[in-house]
Amino acid sequence: MSAKLVQKLDRVVIRFAGDSGDGMQLTGDRFTSQTALLGNDLSTLPNFPAEIRAPQGTLPGVSSFQLHFADHNVLTPGDAPDVLVAMNPAALKANLRDLQRGAAIIVNTDEFTKRNLSKVGYVESPLEDGSLESYDVHPVALTSIAVEALASFTDLTRKEKERAKNMFALGLLSWLYTRPMDGTEAFLKAKFADKPEILEANLAALRAGFHYGETTEDFAVAYEVAPATMPAGTYRNVTGNVALSLGLVAAAHRAHLPLFLGSYPITPASDILHTLAGLKRYGVATMQAEDEIAGVGAALGASFGGALGVTTTSGPGLALKAETIGLAVSLELPLIVCDIQRGGPSTGLPTKTEQADLLQALFGRNGESPVAVVAPATPADCFDIAVEAVRIATTYRTPVIVLSDGYLANGSEPWRLPRTAELPDLEVEFATEPNAVDDKGQATFHPYLRDPDTLARPWAIPGTPGLEHRVGGIEKADVTGNISYDPDNHDHMTRLRQAKIDGIADTIEALTVDDPTGDADVLVLGWGSTFGPIAAAVRLARATGARVAQAHLRHLNPFPANTGEVLRSYQRVIVPEMNLGQLAMLLRAKYLVDVESHTSVRGLPFQAGELADVIATAVASVSDVPLKEAAT
Amino acid sequence: MTTDLGMPLRSASVPGTAGVPRLPDGTALTKKDFTSDQEVRWCPGCGDYAILAAVQGFLPELGLKRENIVFVSGIGCSSRFPYYLDTYGMHSIHGRAPAIATGLAATREDLSVWVVTGDGDALSIGGNHLIHALRRNVNLKILLFNNEIYGLTKGQYSPTSHVGQVTKSTPLGSLDTPFNPVSLALGAEASFVARTMDSDRQHLTSVLRAAAEHRGSALVEIYQNCPIFNDGVFDVLKDRTEAAARILHLADGEEVGAGDGVVVRDDRGSLSVVPRAQADPARIVRHDVSAEDPSAAFALSRLDSPDLGHVPMGIFRNVQRPTYDDSLREQIASARTGEVTDADIDALLAGRDTWTVGA
Repeated sequence: MSAKLVQKLDRVVIRFAGDSGDGMQLTGDRFTSQTALLGNDLSTLPNFPAEIRAPQGTLPGVSSFQLHFADHNVLTPGDAPDVLVAMNPAALKANLRDLQRGAAIIVNTDEFTKRNLSKVGYVESPLEDGSLESYDVHPVALTSIAVEALASFTDLTRKEKERAKNMFALGLLSWLYTRPMDGTEAFLKAKFADKPEILEANLAALRAGFHYGETTEDFAVAYEVAPATMPAGTYRNVTGNVALSLGLVAAAHRAHLPLFLGSYPITPASDILHTLAGLKRYGVATMQAEDEIAGVGAALGASFGGALGVTTTSGPGLALKAETIGLAVSLELPLIVCDIQRGGPSTGLPTKTEQADLLQALFGRNGESPVAVVAPATPADCFDIAVEAVRIATTYRTPVIVLSDGYLANGSEPWRLPRTAELPDLEVEFATEPNAVDDKGQATFHPYLRDPDTLARPWAIPGTPGLEHRVGGIEKADVTGNISYDPDNHDHMTRLRQAKIDGIADTIEALTVDDPTGDADVLVLGWGSTFGPIAAAVRLARATGARVAQAHLRHLNPFPANTGEVLRSYQRVIVPEMNLGQLAMLLRAKYLVDVESHTSVRGLPFQAGELADVIATAVASVSDVPLKEAAT
Repeated sequence: MTTDLGMPLRSASVPGTAGVPRLPDGTALTKKDFTSDQEVRWCPGCGDYAILAAVQGFLPELGLKRENIVFVSGIGCSSRFPYYLDTYGMHSIHGRAPAIATGLAATREDLSVWVVTGDGDALSIGGNHLIHALRRNVNLKILLFNNEIYGLTKGQYSPTSHVGQVTKSTPLGSLDTPFNPVSLALGAEASFVARTMDSDRQHLTSVLRAAAEHRGSALVEIYQNCPIFNDGVFDVLKDRTEAAARILHLADGEEVGAGDGVVVRDDRGSLSVVPRAQADPARIVRHDVSAEDPSAAFALSRLDSPDLGHVPMGIFRNVQRPTYDDSLREQIASARTGEVTDADIDALLAGRDTWTVGA
């Protein structure tokens, strides 16, 4: 038994880094699961190359997984890791600059061979040249100890044994941070159910890592992070893509509509297709289409037939779907388009995050083609935003674009489970009866006769007797829906379609401001996945005495009705975005408020520290200006 | 061997429309029921009029409820078709009708879904969707109006225009080799492929009937005259004497021939038309519409020549294989364990690893 010291910490940031074939994502994922079950609040950031197996041991091949867990509310995956697990020289080199002096580095010395060192440009081993002096380095021969621990597995090759080194590392970290491993053991048992030898080897490596921590003198202290205080409820850990998938299923269930997904594989959206493809039990139909256009086309066809048509993609795919989304605008049918944004333009950075598709979502179609646009703030919020997107799409008979991104898609956080029965009632009313009388006095159906409140047109699905009608992309006459090239009619219909989307603002939540002192002069306004970093930055700034308010937009089109009023209540409005100022441009154009853009397009989320500096500077600039005067 | 008595297809066992609600016995719709109140706006003399009349005349034969019939089209002259039929319809965007119709057919077993498209719509901008719909064998009836020209954009060459065709966009003659739509469809694993002509109402109707009965994707190429930009392109097939010598009628189990010519197979498997008197009886091709191997149908499709010297007409291939939409519904049905309840969704959301925080 361990007689070692156990020290309490309030928060830890760990980064697992290795070669893309080293299983770092799995290791991080399992450590996260163990941590979630322990009740810590957490946030994760997977970061991996687009190549499936980049050349081994090189900098481009480094894959990492960062986890921030704490005994209190966590908002980001953390700026700087407290602990780096580096499985090879490339992983050390690629990640070292993110560490602060004093951070712990657990390094796999077996991989620090001359050849591997020279691959990444180390002339001398950094483990020996003193360059890591100011860090707390723990050299561990991870590979060889793992292989040795598996000596009794005579049927396994050395290569197979080496592959278990990530489980050894996971065991070691599990000991170091006092994480229970039962969940991982159960996971491995399920994963390798039909490969008993591999299963036993992985379990042995995992336990060996744990025991190594207990016995080695290199680690004198183990740590504990107590459970966070969170609102009562049942929790699970969830990534944005899974939450989005579940939100769509739950919303379709609440709407009593069959869910149909037409999708073409694209990073980082494919996991939604994978998740939904496994949910046939819930009546979910998925189709892997021949291309992006067919994916959205099939979804629109399904919507025409009365299903909840959904398509999922990333920026390049949204570009390809544009014409079909325009058709859906003209047909005025519900359609959900999920854009899991990534770095652009063109192929850009497939595995890195960005939020530069905002203007594409709003305007990337020919003609006046308004659609509703919403964006989740956190991985778990992807569930709620999916439900909201379905509400808007079915109520207003319109395409809704959901702007998630790579950070939310792959990042995870604890999610307090909602009760299905308490989700909004999304029951849809299909048209079943004629709604007009023709000039011969016969009952007839006018497919573009609108609901006076929502301006939505009736959803009359094939199979409904007496309501046979034709829809299409050619401009339609108001009310009857017949082809019309009449100038006044086109002007009227264009304004009607815009008014319908604008009217959604009547049924969305107001923009709420978090301003604890109530007298802040500076507002930080974000949208989408920047919520976590902004909130963390605001927290840091407030800790230094800065008075700063925070607000976050989940609806990008239309904006909440009070947006202008909120913007005009502050002397300075800072809008951090992972693009070159797209929301800022919209706000300035719409509200004539001189909002200030703070932007970064590094393929990574903002760091809280960086934003806190921006906030501090802004607050300092207005702190001696009399409030009343500046507000005029 | 079945005899066509010209009676409506009332049997629920017609595979192509199984699952689609039928009219009660003793009731029938007429051509008028399928005619919408919209003014037809094709050019005078357009072959589309004849096809529309044939389709409107044929649909009552299906015995289906009108509200369960849907026509989806793309863009082009032919794609205005849905507006003129009093069924459900969608005039979509260029080339995408097969994809849109796939989503509709996959989610609605109770609909008879038809796609109307043209040579530009189906074979150029929408080529990808066409081949994948055929490959998947979605239960769609695809009517491809082929006039070998772009009409709606006013006279550019199309992917079926012959090499050297002088058009607005090819003043010195087009350079690219055309598609043979039948060969393309067969290469895309189509389970039903046929060719017919706008002006031969009886033949057109018989092909539509066979397509409707077929469960799976049916590709029907319809030669159609464009009187404005490509007038008379199929005229030699409309002249009674010329047609007799040129049209190779495809009838299941029958020898394939035209006039006194007959199709024979040489040692390498290639087909050619030779005078009957000179044909080795052992080499004369008998059409087998349900042959699993599409090679023979493909070889027949290659008898086409740019000068319309010989043109096979009729059903090239008609085989049964599982349809995408049926298979998708089967996967869902077998995965289902009953009506999905709130509790089922609660369990789905919870997943396998949850923890509880007390109040």
